[in-house]
Order: sequence, then C-alpha cells, then structure tokens
Amino acid sequence: MNDLVTIDNLHFSRGDRTIYEGISLNIPKGKTVAVMGPSGIGKTTLLRLIGGQLKPDSGDILFKGQSIPSMSRTSLYKARRQMSMLFQSGALFTDMSVFDNVAFPLREHTNLSESLIRLMVLMKLQSVGLRGAADLMPSELSGGMARRAALARAIALDPELILYDEPFAGQDPISMGVLVKLIKELNDALNLTSVVVTHDVTEVMSIADYVYILADKHIIGSGTPQEIKQSESELVQQFLHGQADGPVPFHFPANTLEDELLLTGGTK
Amino acid sequence: MKALVSLGASTLDRIAALGRATAILTGALFAKPTPMKSFPLVLKQIYVVGVQSLLIILVSGLFIGMVMALQAYTVLVSYGAEDSLGPMVALSLLRELGPVVTALLFAGRAGSALTAEIGLMKATEQLSSLEMMAIDPLRRVIAPRFWAGVISMPLLAIIFSTVGILGGHAVGVDWLGVDSGSYWSIMQATVEFNQDVVNGIIKSLVFAFVVTWIAVFKGYDAVPTSEGISKATTQTVVHSSLAILGLDFVLTALMFGTY
Repeated sequence: MNDLVTIDNLHFSRGDRTIYEGISLNIPKGKTVAVMGPSGIGKTTLLRLIGGQLKPDSGDILFKGQSIPSMSRTSLYKARRQMSMLFQSGALFTDMSVFDNVAFPLREHTNLSESLIRLMVLMKLQSVGLRGAADLMPSELSGGMARRAALARAIALDPELILYDEPFAGQDPISMGVLVKLIKELNDALNLTSVVVTHDVTEVMSIADYVYILADKHIIGSGTPQEIKQSESELVQQFLHGQADGPVPFHFPANTLEDELLLTGGTK
Repeated sequence: MKALVSLGASTLDRIAALGRATAILTGALFAKPTPMKSFPLVLKQIYVVGVQSLLIILVSGLFIGMVMALQAYTVLVSYGAEDSLGPMVALSLLRELGPVVTALLFAGRAGSALTAEIGLMKATEQLSSLEMMAIDPLRRVIAPRFWAGVISMPLLAIIFSTVGILGGHAVGVDWLGVDSGSYWSIMQATVEFNQDVVNGIIKSLVFAFVVTWIAVFKGYDAVPTSEGISKATTQTVVHSSLAILGLDFVLTALMFGTY
C-alpha cells in the first residue's frame, strides 16, 4: 500500500488517563481521511502525535516510512516542513497582518525575494478567497475568515500532508460550506493528503475517502462513508445519528443519584 | 505524614520547574543563531520592553533623586555637611537605587507584559503552530525577548541614575541652595568609575538576566487558560521582586562589604 502515514498499535496515556489502547490506522497518499469521534476522545491528541509534538507510550507512527517518535529533533523539524496543521483556533499570529501571516513560513524557511513571496502569498490567498483581506489584522477577521487565512498559511510551503483540527467547529452554515469545498478542492488540486479530525458527521462524510471512528480508546469503525453508514455497530449508529443515550451514556459516570442525595442529606 | 508528603511533592514540583526553566533558557541562549533574521526581532523587542518603559523610568528617577536630595539635606545640614549632598545622592543612586528600582519597575511594567504575551500565545496555539511549521518557538519568540530584556535594563538603570542625579541637583542646588560647584566637584572626587558605576551596571545586568528569565519562563510554562495566565503574570512580578531584593543583598555584600 502507498501510505503516507501509518499508525501501528499506538498506546498513549496522559497522567493516569489512558487515551488510546492499541489503535492502528493508515492514511493513504492523496486521500482525505476523516477521524471522527465524540468530544474529549483525544482526536486532537492524535494529530499532535502525528506531528511529533507528543510521544506515544508504545507503538509506532510512520511518516513516509520513517518513525516520527524516534526521530532526532533535526529530522523531525525537516519532516514537519512537509506537513502542516490547521489549528482549531486558526492560531494566526495576532501581531501581523494576514499577508505577513501567510508570508511567515516562506520568509522563515526559504530565501525567496520579497517580490516572489508577494506573488506566492497573493496566490495562496486567492485560492482561499481572501486576497482582498491581505492587509487586515487577524482581529478584524470573522471566525470563518480567520480559519481560511490560517489555511492559506498552512499551504504556503506546499506540504504533502495537512492535518485539520476540527475545521468546522463553531462555523455558520455558509463558512462551513466554504471550508468543505476548500478542503476538497485543495486536496485534489495540490495532490495533498488530508486528515480531518471532526465530529461534524454530514460535512465530513461528503468529502472523505475513508473514515475512522474513534471511541473509548479504540477504533470502533472504519471504512468508506458508504460502509460506515451501513455499519451494524450500535455505537457507530448512535454517533452518526446523534442520539443522546445509547452505548455512550448520557450521564458522566457517578454514584447512583439516591446514594448521592442521601449522602449529602446525611452529613449536613 | 500527609504534611511530609505534600512538602516532598511541592519540593519536587519546584525542582522540576527549575529544570524546565533551565531547559528554556539554554534553548533560547544556544539556539542556532541566524543574525539576519534575529536582529530585527531583537530590535523590535527592545522597542517594546525598553523604549516603552522609558517614561516610567524617567519620571520615577527624577522623583527619587529629588526625594533623596530633600531627605539627605535635612540630615546633612544639621552637621553642616550639606556640601556632601552630591556624592550622597550619586552613590545611593549608582550603587543601589538605580539598579534596584529600575529592576522592580521593569518587572512590573515589562516583565508582566512579556509573561502575559507569551502565555496568550500559548493559549491561542500560536506556539504550537510555530512548532508545527518547523520553527523553534524558543528561537523565534523567547530568545529575542530575553536578549531585549538583558540589553534594555542596564541602559534604563543608567538613565534612571542620571535623571535622579539631575533631580537631586534641582532640589539641592536650585531650591535648597547647596553650592552647585561643590555638588558636582565633590561628586566627581568621590564616585569611582569601577567601584561605583561599573558595579551598579553589573548589578543591573544580573537583575536583567533574572527578571527576563522569570518573565519568559512563567509565560512559556503558564497553564493556557485565563486563570493560568493571570496567575503567571502575578508570579512574575512577585518572584522577580523577591529575586531582585535577595540578589541585591548578596551582590552588595560581595561588592561593597568589608569583612
């Protein structure tokens, strides 16, 4: 298989809390892969593990056949130039204009002349529809525009892999539609590989080539969007249809209500 | 037993924090130098932490010099020693008040701002996003701010002392009538360049190093929530102030102590 990223039997825990217990997944080159799951399941953590910002307890993460966790700092930084990450907040640098934000990775990593950088930045901004907003400061952008500007910055160095962290969270329907279109178009036009971490089921099912569903420290379902829709797993169905109660319980684990009420009543 | 456990845990926490602080410092100090790119960044930060602190330094320096002259005059005049006002003011400022008060003001004015800025950059994922762009935040964000602090503070302390001496002159000579010639000439005869001026600058350099280190570390290590950043900012001012006063005693004992 021609996989850009391979995750093999990954274990990860934070403090006493186990996040993953042996997950394995493949991200084929040139495809859009969605990773879905309920909030708080550690989807962002997965992206940080791929980006080498966190180290797994055991298991391996391969990027182009090289193991990310065992890389030296220098080669990790080299590998990161071929990937980029779109953060949930956009993470634009607030002390620079949109133009300078997009130009930032180019200025840091290349020795291109300013006129060439200008050309490239304007092209990137054009592709996300924000050429007219080049001179605005990040604080003047709406949430959706900020995310598009961040996307322009993420593709500035023409990466091979883009990691999207909840790209649709908190967006109105129009900017959601714009982002869906952009992710799809960029993936096809630039021959990128995209990993989209999200819990917005309908949007991502429309663009993903392959879907993994994470829950309870494991991958509970995977397949093409068609296969996932027909999955017989109760958990997958609960997630897809947004049912309040089911295998994922409505209540956070607690003592029984009777015990708790009696206990407080008794001690006071 | 519980008290013992929590004592041990908090000691370990502190040692771990010291380790992280040292790691940040070495990461910033020994980052691969890229003079063409770093120089404008340092310059910009000198403007932010240094130039923008000028007003508070100038005003405080002036008033402290004036108060010093007023206080010293009332004591000196009763011994008929008001001619010694010049060296009295100059020595207090150069050896002690210049470096110390500048450092305290700097911690409140620039140190807290550094912590808040870096903490917010962390909270808004800007530091993470730098890492993911294969840019070391220690080199890009921490190092310029650190160097700007270390360069700015001694200069501010010199300005503080200078303005203070002029303020002392205004009160002592122009208002209280000490002879201008003796104010300057006895000062010249008494103040030694190495012993007084250079030692004051060394003090100021040490304070600059410690205060800026505390400020950038507290920001970088802050819990990325609004509560965490407010706590970190407060800690910067408190820890810096205590460090300045404690170190001042040690340095004074080493430099001027006769034992």
